[in-house]
Amino acid sequence: MSDHNYTPKSKFGKWFNDRLPLMSLANHLTDYPTPKNLNYWWTFGGILTFCLITQIVTGLTLAMHYIAHADMAFDSVEHIMRDVNYGWLIRYIHSNGASMFFLAVYIHIFRSLFYGSYKSPREIIWILGIIIYLLMMAAAFMGYVLPWGQMSFWGATVITNLFSAIPLVGEGIVTWLWGGYSVDNPTLTRFFTLHYLIPFLILGLVVLHIWALHVPGNNNPVGIDIKKPSKDTVPFHPYIVIKDTFALLMFMIIFAFFVFYSPNVLGHADNYIEANPLVTPAHIVPEWYLLPFYAILRSVPDKLLGVIAMLSAILILAALPWLDTSKIRSAVFRPLYRQFYWILVLDVLVLGYVGAMPAEGLYLLIARVATAYYFAHFLIILPLLGFKEKTLPLPFSISEPVLGGSSNLSMAKNEKTRE
Amino acid sequence: MRKVLIISLAILLSLSIQLKINSAEKVELMKTDWTFKGLLGKFDRASLQRGYQVYTEVCAACHSMKYISYRNLMEKGGPEFSEAQVKAIAASFDVTDGPNADGEMFSRPARLSDKFPMPYPNEKAAQAANGGAYPPDMSVLAKARKGGVDYLYSVLLGYEDPPAGVTLDEGVYYNKFMYGNKIKMPKVLEDDLIEYSDGTPVTEEQMAKDVVTFLMWSAEPHLETRHKMGFRAIIYLIILTVLVYFSMKKIWSRIESEV
Repeated sequence: MSDHNYTPKSKFGKWFNDRLPLMSLANHLTDYPTPKNLNYWWTFGGILTFCLITQIVTGLTLAMHYIAHADMAFDSVEHIMRDVNYGWLIRYIHSNGASMFFLAVYIHIFRSLFYGSYKSPREIIWILGIIIYLLMMAAAFMGYVLPWGQMSFWGATVITNLFSAIPLVGEGIVTWLWGGYSVDNPTLTRFFTLHYLIPFLILGLVVLHIWALHVPGNNNPVGIDIKKPSKDTVPFHPYIVIKDTFALLMFMIIFAFFVFYSPNVLGHADNYIEANPLVTPAHIVPEWYLLPFYAILRSVPDKLLGVIAMLSAILILAALPWLDTSKIRSAVFRPLYRQFYWILVLDVLVLGYVGAMPAEGLYLLIARVATAYYFAHFLIILPLLGFKEKTLPLPFSISEPVLGGSSNLSMAKNEKTRE
Repeated sequence: MRKVLIISLAILLSLSIQLKINSAEKVELMKTDWTFKGLLGKFDRASLQRGYQVYTEVCAACHSMKYISYRNLMEKGGPEFSEAQVKAIAASFDVTDGPNADGEMFSRPARLSDKFPMPYPNEKAAQAANGGAYPPDMSVLAKARKGGVDYLYSVLLGYEDPPAGVTLDEGVYYNKFMYGNKIKMPKVLEDDLIEYSDGTPVTEEQMAKDVVTFLMWSAEPHLETRHKMGFRAIIYLIILTVLVYFSMKKIWSRIESEV
């Protein structure tokens, strides 16, 4: 944030800005030099901000009508769905909003993986992102417990029971988490409290995430450092603002389709049955966005090792800037990495699929192979690739490939033919 | 490298086909033409009214609908009985109110604001009367089962004699679509079981369709508003998206011409 020598024109403005540089901040945000070659995969940061604000606003409204009590939670949700004015709309936006949030965050993460946005000097942005992602999972899991349906109750039971895998103190920790000897009213009330708290923690971390982004500036599809401001950059406003708005509207159309026409398709029918500690559902399945990790958890026969594997699968991402030894950021110039990248995408999709299936027979075998590959990608393939891979020559500036063609892959091919 | 990718894709494809075959044993649910599906789907008002009749004359003996009040029957997007009709319906049921000034509970005819009465005083009583099985509350049932309305429709019509080799205990019935094929609810729907006031022929299929339509409404009383609002919202978003697209092109043309 070194780029302002901004002084407000009015005398009062100058006086105010000297004491609290709000106008300098606004000026920084509008003038913020952004690479002009950002593609639509870069619009998901804005989309995610929208998702967070939507969740907070709808969540606050729901909290005005929701009752966090084991005997009344399910009824109060039905009250919201039936008798609160547009309560059904607010709740469906909130419940589908969680799925949309994860959809966007997965695209955002995989964009970062493709273009190497996690590499120096953007490691802190990346690690803040991983913490946000972890908090999102915690918030989503606890939010799913609040309607106090069968999947809420049994999902909470399964996930909190994971802590019992910790040697010696495990059982004690689980009792402490539950506030009793089973998932019950104390569990529900504390989950509600935390579900209310976490989004604001996320909001704070998002501010840090963006602040850290504004120090080195955006990465870009070509992945080279650019001079700012220069011929290669455009001011954030209006260029990026209008582009993000366009992408956000496209996203909102998909979002609206789920809310209005398939509001329950991403949920589980069992969650419309009130929680019953005496009846276990046939299959206890988490929400779709947690399925790949659920598959990893179940693919390890030992409970403790399974929990460790699941946590490592997420935490390994934090080490990614150091596991990836290649100096080249963008996969556009890394022909081998590009292929391993798509295999990883496929691998995660396969993990998600088997996570929804019973852990037996062929499914279990596939889950094990996919889990092994997931870790191999980060621990073996990426470190070696940096040394072995013959990368394509980088352009001098982003203006150069912009002339060559619009899509990134054709850019890479142009590079090749030019030699 | 490309070869590795192609081979791994081929393996995955063959695996997924094998998985498909494994899961093909599932029974295909029975389908009927629901009017409430589709972008502007609405409930068939007459079917909802007949469905209420099936519920109250057949199902209500065992199944509660604890989230539904009589006033809901006259609300827009529902069966839309007239206010006089709903008042008459409510008055035909007795509910317990109180305590009165003497500290006594008393019985009075139901009002619009009352919920549908519970068929049993508590869950244990319901179980005792039904061979240990609790007849589920039907308010949100259409959303609480995988397969939704098609599943409910199928179960109602899926009673069969058990295939050879399957022995059933006393009070257990065979149903093609029920999970595990065993159900404690006997077959209730029969042709001409009740009499529809609008003259619709009373067949099993008709009653099943009507009551399931009614259950879909009770699970999603705002479904019609949702469809209507969704249609408008999406049209609005599409128009706005097109406008923003052209604004974007205009703004970015300044840059692209410079290069």
